Amino acid sequence: MTADTVTDPPGAPGALRRTSRQIGDVVFKGFSTGSGITILVLLAAVATFLVGMSIPALTADAADLPFGDFWAYVAPYAFGTVWAAALAMLFAVPLSVGIALFLTHYAPKRVRQIFGYIIDLLAAVPSVVFGLWGINVLAPLMRPLFVWLNQYLGWIPFFAGPVSGTGRTILTAAVVLAVMVLPIITAMCREVFTQTPRLHEEAALALGATRWEMIRQAVLPFGMPGIVSGCMLGLGRALGETMAVAMVLSPAAVINVHLLTSSNPNTIAANIALAFPEAYQLGVNQLIATGLVLFVITLAVNMTARWVVARRKEFSGAN
Amino acid sequence: MNPLTAGRLPRFTEPALLVVCLVVTTAALSVLNAGNPGVIIIVGALLFLLVSFALATSVEGVRHAKDRLAAHVVTGFFLIALAPLVSLAWGTVSAGLARMDVKFFTYSMRNVIGEGGGAVHAIWGTLIITGMATLISVPIGLMTAIYLVEYGARHRLASAIRFFVDVMTGIPSIVAGLFAYTLFSLFFGPGTKVGIAGAVALSVLMIPTVVRSTEEMLRLVPNELREASYALGVPKWRTIVKVVLPTSLAGIITGVVLSIARIIGETAPLLVTAGMNQSLNTNPFDSPMATLPVFVYYQYVTPGIPQDPYHARAWAGALTLILIVMLLNLVGRLISWKFAPKPGR
Repeated sequence: MTADTVTDPPGAPGALRRTSRQIGDVVFKGFSTGSGITILVLLAAVATFLVGMSIPALTADAADLPFGDFWAYVAPYAFGTVWAAALAMLFAVPLSVGIALFLTHYAPKRVRQIFGYIIDLLAAVPSVVFGLWGINVLAPLMRPLFVWLNQYLGWIPFFAGPVSGTGRTILTAAVVLAVMVLPIITAMCREVFTQTPRLHEEAALALGATRWEMIRQAVLPFGMPGIVSGCMLGLGRALGETMAVAMVLSPAAVINVHLLTSSNPNTIAANIALAFPEAYQLGVNQLIATGLVLFVITLAVNMTARWVVARRKEFSGAN
Repeated sequence: MNPLTAGRLPRFTEPALLVVCLVVTTAALSVLNAGNPGVIIIVGALLFLLVSFALATSVEGVRHAKDRLAAHVVTGFFLIALAPLVSLAWGTVSAGLARMDVKFFTYSMRNVIGEGGGAVHAIWGTLIITGMATLISVPIGLMTAIYLVEYGARHRLASAIRFFVDVMTGIPSIVAGLFAYTLFSLFFGPGTKVGIAGAVALSVLMIPTVVRSTEEMLRLVPNELREASYALGVPKWRTIVKVVLPTSLAGIITGVVLSIARIIGETAPLLVTAGMNQSLNTNPFDSPMATLPVFVYYQYVTPGIPQDPYHARAWAGALTLILIVMLLNLVGRLISWKFAPKPGR
């Protein structure tokens, strides 16, 4: 570079162009690299601030904390978070896989795209609207079912009474959560199902397999890692969902597995949303510390999902 | 007898069977005095699955019966997923239309108790906070995606950024809100609730989606275009600005619009950062700012007496929010449909 500028006479068009090009490139590269580093800094800041604000609550004497001993405080909510998300996944996973199969292998070709958009519409509904719908429409609809379940299956601990009078139980919240994560899992499954090699499918059909046998032998094994990671993404969303649970659930700080009663374990996120506006001083720290616990849980779930996807990429020749 | 169709059920069997099953269930349940339409459909569908499986097994053999059963179950799942969508749309429209009047879009809640009032302050707040979040997120997200695709290649930094963008995608929205809250409490005193804090919280949620969608679009630009530009002696940065970005512009805009649609309905982070305000506040740097989702939440969970006007406002707000999100989605899809190359299969 120095050699060029020395040999070119000053002011020559070549030299000018070359330096302006270099400056432009350096600046542009600097900006784009800087933005990338900004994201790393931002994430580091998120982690640092959360940890920093949590430390007072974690180290303080239990007697000074407005909500009592931290781990005893967070345990029911952590349980509620995992429990509600697990129930939601119980409904959402089979439904989503089935819908993705329907959209990729069963629906008439012409309407596939439109049906796909319709399912995607569910993902566009804001969570606060799901909350309103859960309280006003779903909960009253679920109540007769709850009464019936309790009447005939009440001997199973899950369905033990007394049945909630409003229908705002953890089962209702789980159904709302399931509806919310369903489009996420479906989208991921659709993606992998359409990527199934055509030749595998056609080979199965040519050997006389029915469509369902073809799906079981070619599509599902190929798509399994995609299904798993889609479920993990959905699980991450279900764990962190706040408003729908905060509005639908009639909450309590208990650990139980009763699905139909009015004392339900609240989730971490919903508890923060409910308690934060009135919290002060150490209470704020304590709530932020529960947020940190939630962050760690979702982080673990997401990392697992990424790991599954990455491992799959290494083995497949498709990429 | 046609040898090709022998041993197969005629095409009309299944629709006919479905109708018969529903009629039989309706009749049976009316006799038992349990004529709830939901119960009838569920029991009728189960009966249909059972009978059609038995019929197909006897005529076509168990393998084909299983095939048919799978097709029915999968179609049923799709219909089940439609139920909440239809119910939600119907519920919101029927309850929200009552207050979708001029007053709702021209009045704030200042000094309003009971009837009347509107959400103009919340609508402004949502537009301002979302707009600022977009202003923060799009440059950072766009430039990061350019770095990842054009400069990073296989650098350690690029793979680190890619990994942490993935991690960021999974941050729960309430945690993003808590982050922005602590950030602003630290610098501007505890309990600071301002619009810009909400915008920062939303940016944390928006940046990763912008990076991911833009990166995907930039990767679609054929390398031949870049090489042709380099061969003409165009410097790299001008190649990116004049060749790569214009080629992928439609896709990038679609991604941005869809990510705006994703964050505009976020409630939890705004609840803890931007707070609530009964009056119109268009200054994002001072005092709390109302937003549409938080407005809906508070109108519903903290109503006055009588409750009805508060709940009516909540539903109208929800309907407005859905309409905005739908509109954004439609715009995003239109842009991508209009400019993007048609997909293969």
